Order: sequence, then C-alpha cells, then structure tokens
Amino acid sequence: MNRAADPWSRLPAAVRYTLLTLALLAVWQAYVSLAHVSPLLFASPVAVARALGAGIASGKLVTATVATLEVLIGGLAIGALLGFALASFASFSRLGQDVLGVLSAIFNPLPSIAILPLAIIWFGLRPQSIVFVVALATIWPVALSTDNGFRTISTTTHLAARNLGLRGWKLVSDVLLPAALPSIVTGLKSAWAFGWRTVVAAELIFGVAGSAGGLGWYINNARYFLQTADIFAGLVVISVLGIAVEALFGLLERRTVVRWGMKRAA
Amino acid sequence: MERGETFVIIGPSGCGKTTLLKAMAGFMRPASGTLRIEGGPPREPGPDRAVVFQDFDQLFAWRTVRDNVAYALRTARKFSKNDALRRASEALALVDIARAADRYPHELSGGMKQRAAIARAIALEPLMLLMDEPFGALDAITRQQLQIELARICADTPVTVVLVTHSIQEAIYLGDRVMVMSPFPARVLEIVDTSHARDVETPEFARLTGHLRDLLVRA
Repeated sequence: MNRAADPWSRLPAAVRYTLLTLALLAVWQAYVSLAHVSPLLFASPVAVARALGAGIASGKLVTATVATLEVLIGGLAIGALLGFALASFASFSRLGQDVLGVLSAIFNPLPSIAILPLAIIWFGLRPQSIVFVVALATIWPVALSTDNGFRTISTTTHLAARNLGLRGWKLVSDVLLPAALPSIVTGLKSAWAFGWRTVVAAELIFGVAGSAGGLGWYINNARYFLQTADIFAGLVVISVLGIAVEALFGLLERRTVVRWGMKRAA
Repeated sequence: MERGETFVIIGPSGCGKTTLLKAMAGFMRPASGTLRIEGGPPREPGPDRAVVFQDFDQLFAWRTVRDNVAYALRTARKFSKNDALRRASEALALVDIARAADRYPHELSGGMKQRAAIARAIALEPLMLLMDEPFGALDAITRQQLQIELARICADTPVTVVLVTHSIQEAIYLGDRVMVMSPFPARVLEIVDTSHARDVETPEFARLTGHLRDLLVRA
C-alpha cells in the first residue's frame, strides 16, 4: 500500500504523537473510572495531574527534580571527562589502549548500582555516593564510544591533519574530536540513559535509608505514605525529562553532525 | 627532481607510487634505500610538502570550504585570523570555487571538493605539492577541466609538483618529466621528458602516449 495515501501518514509527526498520547491517556482514565480500581493501587491521569500540580506548587517535586539533576549532571560530567581522557590516552599509545581495554572489560559489565554499598561506606549517605556511582556508570559508554570514534576516523582525514603538522593534543582537539563527534554523541546519549537509571535507583535505595533527596526518594517516600498519585507524578517527571533531553541531543546533532553531512537526519 | 617542475610518477597498481609519495610527505619511512629532499631525508609530515589525496574526506567535514583553507593557514603557517580568511578567499578564487566558500564539503560535488583541496594545498605555498591521483575519483569531463586548471596553476606558481597518476594522457599533459615504474618489485623503467608536449592533438603527444603505453604494457 502506498504510505503517502494513508491518511494517518499524511498528518504531521507532532499531531500523530499527540493523538497517540491522548488515546493512551483516555484508555488509562477509562480503565481507572470503569474498573473502579482502588486509588491506593492505581492513580487516574486526572489524579496524577492533580498530584503533579500540587507537587510543583508546594515546591517539593521541583526541589526533588533539581536535586536529582544536580547529582546526575555532576556524575555525568566527571564520568564523561574521565571517559574522554581514557579514550584520548588510548589514541596516543598502546599502553593507553590496553588500560582502556582492561578497565572497561572489568567494570563495564558491572551494574554500577552494585557499587553503591561500597560508595556509602566510602562517602556516607551523602550525594557524593550517588555522584560516584553515576560517574562509574557513565565513564564506560563515553570512553568506548569515543575510542571507537577515534579509531574509525578515515585514514585520509587523519593524514590530511598530520600533513598540516598537527600532532598531540591539538590533533585530538581540532581534528579527532570533531571527526569522531557522531560516535561521541552516541556515547553521551547512552551515558545519559545509564546515568538516569543509576541515579533514580540509587535514590530509591537512599529513600529506604531515610535520607532526603531527589526523584527516587520522592517516589519511595510517596510509596511509604501510600500516595500512589505522587508516585505516578514522580514517574511522569522522569519520563518528561527523558524526552526533553532526547530532544536536546537531537538538536545538538542537527546543529553539528547532520549539518556537516556526517550523519543523516533522523 | 628539479625545483618548479611537474614530475609525474606513473605505473601499474601496487608498484609503490603512493608509498613513494607518502614517504616524501613524511607519513612513513622507506623500508630500504634513501630518500632526499633538499639534501636531507624528509622530516616529519609538514605543510612544506602539501598533499592532495584522491579521497574526498581529506577536507574537514565540520568546516566550511573557506574555513578549511583558513584553518590550514592559521595552524600550519601561523597566519592571523583575518590574514588567513583573506588569503583563503584568494586561493578559492584561483581555483574558481569562491561561490562555494561558505558551503560544507558534503554539499559539494566531487570536482568542487578536489578544487577545495587544491586551494587548501596551494594556499600554504608549499615547497612541494604532492598529489596522489587527485582526479582519480572524478568523471572524465570534470577531470579534464581540473587538469587544465592545474596546468595553469603549475605554470603560474613556482611550486614543485609531484603527481601520481594512472592516466598516460594526464601524465603527458601535466608533466615536465614522467617517471615510469614497473610492477612489483618496482624499478624505474625510464624517465621521459614530456615538457614540450602540451597539446593532445599533436603527433608528438601521440608518439609519447604510444611510448609510455609500450613501457607500461611490456613491464
């Protein structure tokens, strides 16, 4: 069948996605209203919207979101810098390549949340512990993608750079880095996804430990008081932030690698 | 090789033409034998021996055409930003792609990309211009246009050009002297003076074409 003739395909993407989201919300609301599920078990979209409004109005949800983002961005920044440093070192020398190979083989398969108990012993029940595990979760996707990006740079691009007399750090910053940018952005995307999961999981554990904190804590706290709508509100914030960051990465790609013809537009 | 001449290296695939050029550029060391440029072995890769490659990705995809040239000047020749931009515009005008100056390389045709690469190389005012089959990936008509322009540029500037090619016609048309190499293990079969043959229509051009073909076929 010709896809262009299909009326659904002819709608703009934004309209298609909005319609699907509305349909999903309608099914959800209908299920809660018609099946008479206990509000302690399952909140309706209307209740969630109300909880979301109340959480934002009281500032609690905002504080929790800011706390989570601070920890996440801190951990991501440290992880990305270390990952990038490891990959650069690997591009300079055999030793660097081996160091990256051994470290990533040991640590990459390890879910970094498993390190949280150790981090708590080292740093206590403080945000530093979560920053540590987030950094550990993000360093490997960044390092491995960047390394892969450096290694798949075209030989001719590399020779052309050396022909200009570029070497060392200037070769990395002026040529290897932009040439490897498609891979680096992919690495940052998966680092963000890993970091996001890790930070929320760590906060849930912290929630059990009773310390104040971010969205994970907010959700766990709501569970404790059986405020199911607040749990959903926390989940909605996590999901919306995820979509927003995805859009941000999309914008970054359109401004760089897509514009330079290194990657096709999505 | 003499200063200011266009020296062409021609030979079958795999005979080491490109390897020789890479050794001259300083990308690799000869496995045996010695190579002398200006009385000494070639130093580290540097812009005094500007290279034009066959592949289009020799241009930096994240810079516009003008920035590709200007960046090279700032990095390799320590030009100030303004001087580099002015010089870049001149170089682009010389190879007739000034109108594409603000485009990114992926927006250009193959021929335009090679023009941009040539502009970048000659803007550096190198001692030697090393060209590794620069027109190998182009269609016949674009190729011919670029040959004509390269001949003009070679005549206008004092640069020494070393050109590696598969094309006998290109070798004679552009070259002052043509070095013919044999298949592996590579030997120099003959160095032919072609400086007097510029017009494809002349009998002398045809005679040289036949001579070079004989050398390459018999080898």
